Amino acid sequence: MKYVDEFRDPAAVRALAEELRQATTRPWRIMEVCGGQTHAFVRFGIDRLLPDGVELIHGPGCPVCVTSVEVIDRALALAARPDVVFCTFGDMLRVPGSTTDLLQVKAAGGDVRTVYSPLDAVKLAQQLPDKQVVFFAVGFETTAPGAAMAVHHAAQAGIDNFSVLVAHVLVPPALEAIAGAEDTAVNGFLAAGHVCTVMGTEAYRPLAEHYSMPIVVTGFEPTDLLRGLLACVRQLEEGRAEVENAYERAVRDEGNPAARTMVERVFEPVEQQWRGIGALPASGLGLREAYHRFDAARRFDLPPGEGREDPECRAGEVLRGVCKPEDCAAFGNRCTPDHPLGAPMVSSEGACAAYYRYRRTA
Amino acid sequence: MCLGVPGQIVEVETSDPLRMGRVSFEGVQKQICLVYVPEVGVGDWVIVHAGFAIHAIDAAEADRTLTLLKQLEHPE
Ligand code: SF4
Repeated sequence: MKYVDEFRDPAAVRALAEELRQATTRPWRIMEVCGGQTHAFVRFGIDRLLPDGVELIHGPGCPVCVTSVEVIDRALALAARPDVVFCTFGDMLRVPGSTTDLLQVKAAGGDVRTVYSPLDAVKLAQQLPDKQVVFFAVGFETTAPGAAMAVHHAAQAGIDNFSVLVAHVLVPPALEAIAGAEDTAVNGFLAAGHVCTVMGTEAYRPLAEHYSMPIVVTGFEPTDLLRGLLACVRQLEEGRAEVENAYERAVRDEGNPAARTMVERVFEPVEQQWRGIGALPASGLGLREAYHRFDAARRFDLPPGEGREDPECRAGEVLRGVCKPEDCAAFGNRCTPDHPLGAPMVSSEGACAAYYRYRRTA
Repeated sequence: MCLGVPGQIVEVETSDPLRMGRVSFEGVQKQICLVYVPEVGVGDWVIVHAGFAIHAIDAAEADRTLTLLKQLEHPE
């Protein structure tokens, strides 16, 4: 297919891997922030083509994985209410809360529906005026424009039985938390290309400068990933720490102005709790006051979640890049995609699920 | 949900205030909101996240990258 296969060309992949080998004279540890990239690295086996010196550290960029158990518990409480139709992306169905997950709530009679677009949930609210339709708004800057438009559209159309449970997270604060940690193992970052298509690149410049780390905006196909790594290694070898765009066909410095404007109109930055990382200031999105009436957390009296995680799960360390999925004793035996103990085994963008699918027989 | 997928626009509905359109992903067509990519039309490529096109693929830049890759393969 155009714009996909061309960027998977095996000869170009080999040539880039060779360039990378020649460019690398010292060991470097580079974090790919985005779970989509983790998935692509492992799926295409790109991590196995890397020269010995270059180590990939998998980052926290899987929204399914970093959504805190407290929020999942709130979602579960809402979904169990008889008056509520709970709409979610399919990835969230199996994420374990303290005692159960959305799929089990559905099996027990909860009206849980999988939607493809946030607008599907708005449409459902129009079709079911006697029900309260709640959309579970999760994801990074890539899915926030859709959620923002859904809320804005509901407000304009006067659809009052629609609300959102917001758990959006933002990439730059997470990147800063990792770069600024005392024991940080990371020398440079591949920034998530699609997040930058929306928000642009300017938020990264002060980070690259302050922490003296190269940040390379990177795409998702095999040659994109290798070009991103190559640019990052070249900067490190030359002692540079700049923001560089290696995903030119999709990312402009200013991002997507129309999408940014709508996100900023509907949402404002709020403190957010990250699984495995803790609370980070201004790292999530909350509805602005003008849209408070669409906030499910305000509309319903939600009990505070227990927030209990499986004691065996090392999701926190996996998400911080401190350990690899295989280092977890439960990996592949007590924890599998069919019986996940933690979120990184649920989502296709989670590091544990990627290793399980593509690496188990290795 | 956060994996972005490239697709090609096959139809744009001009009547819908949310600017919806049909986008083909390897032959599978889906109804996608195009409100954030006002500049695109039929035949253009977009990256789609959760029902919304969040960016148009810049064909000139894509070709430039592909030329660069070809040069790497055949350095002389
Ligand atoms: S393998 Fe399972 S239990 Fe271990 S860290 Fe990953 S999700 Fe948690």
